[in-house]
Amino acid sequence: MIWKIFLFLLLAFVSVAGIAFPIVENPTRWYEFPLIPGLEENAKIIFFHVPTAWLTVVAFLMSTIFSFKYLRKKNLDDDVKSYAAAQLGMVFCILATVTGAVWAKFAWGSFWSWDPRQTSIFALLLIYGAWFALRSSIESEEKRATLSAVYSMIAFITVPFFIFIMPRIMSGLHPGSADDTNAGPVVNFKMNGNMLLIFFLSLIGFTILYFWIWQVGYKSILLREKLNKKLIRG
Amino acid sequence: MNSKAYSLFLKDFKSELRTRYAINALAMFIIVAISVILFSVGNEKISPSLTGGLFWVVIFFTAMSGLSRAFVSEEERGTALTLQLIAAPSTVFSGKLIFNIILVFAMNTIIAILYSAMFEAFIIKNFALFLTSFVFGNIGLAVSSTIIAAIIAKAGAKGTLYPVLSFPILLPLILTSVQLTLFAFDGISFERAKFELAIVVSYDVIMLTASYMLFDFIWKE
Repeated sequence: MIWKIFLFLLLAFVSVAGIAFPIVENPTRWYEFPLIPGLEENAKIIFFHVPTAWLTVVAFLMSTIFSFKYLRKKNLDDDVKSYAAAQLGMVFCILATVTGAVWAKFAWGSFWSWDPRQTSIFALLLIYGAWFALRSSIESEEKRATLSAVYSMIAFITVPFFIFIMPRIMSGLHPGSADDTNAGPVVNFKMNGNMLLIFFLSLIGFTILYFWIWQVGYKSILLREKLNKKLIRG
Repeated sequence: MNSKAYSLFLKDFKSELRTRYAINALAMFIIVAISVILFSVGNEKISPSLTGGLFWVVIFFTAMSGLSRAFVSEEERGTALTLQLIAAPSTVFSGKLIFNIILVFAMNTIIAILYSAMFEAFIIKNFALFLTSFVFGNIGLAVSSTIIAAIIAKAGAKGTLYPVLSFPILLPLILTSVQLTLFAFDGISFERAKFELAIVVSYDVIMLTASYMLFDFIWKE
């Protein structure tokens, strides 16, 4: 219970601070953010957009790890955990795509411009979509678990390629990409202490939130299955 | 084991020659897809970069229309269980893979010939680079579509799900191959294209390894 209150306070603080703290040219007081040339007020999205993108990747990784575990031990609980992680990953993936696109409309002038990171998140969205399409097409539980586990492993090994290919094929507009001369590597030196602190607090807060929802998610699926089996047995 | 894989391939080859289902479907699909593109292009002059992209669009959808046959036909005829009895999973996969590789090479060679005949912008300046990327791209395409076909054959929905599942897996390969085709159009040397070639080759190796490791799980299901 105590950590739920802590999480509530943390996320409330992050939301208020991320939206309301002013951006000024020479920050002197503790609640002022520095001005990053080329981003200005748009920079504030970092507190909400980056955690969703981060959790998309974390959820994908966790889903793959539990798929791997399922293939080794053939324990259906692992499949449920993998499924719950992927469900959340899909939600965060949509959130990251939409917030990013809305932000891009104001920062770059168009919703979508096939920036390397936009393309990568689009590929992840496709993988999640394909994974759920595969799962929904199979009736038998064990078969569904095995086939979707295999598919998520295959999808996982293609992901590193995107990291190498994307920067070669298209130039990056995204803040923090290697050839971004305008906003530069934002995280490294353009953010001052309090901005970094709130950024990492937000990252931690969202990560805890993710693990909490994930636990509730897979436990509820397990309970539902138990109840179903009880009902069938009569 | 190799001779067994070869005889499995021969069995597929003979049954294919008897019905000619996959060959006919692929050939007709190639003609239909290219003529749709030609009709929509009309009298416009399209640029080399667009031609290179359209080349891989046709290759992708042609592969999606015919390559799932290898495993789906076994499930349809109910012969998958017999195969499980007489051969190890890796042998089955090898046999199907050889068949699909030959199919991919045949269809992509035809597509390339038709493209060079039909599109004025399809002029390859560095033929050696084109051939190398073509060979490795085809192998990667065959490997990925074979393992996805194995998954599809075990799942219920067979036709529609195949391109949906294959596209994210093939995306890195297609993006790099489009890039390499454009390099070949521009006459860029091997030296400058070696990064992209390395990506395609490592994609082939990684997908091949992962497919052999994961096929056991699919096949025994």
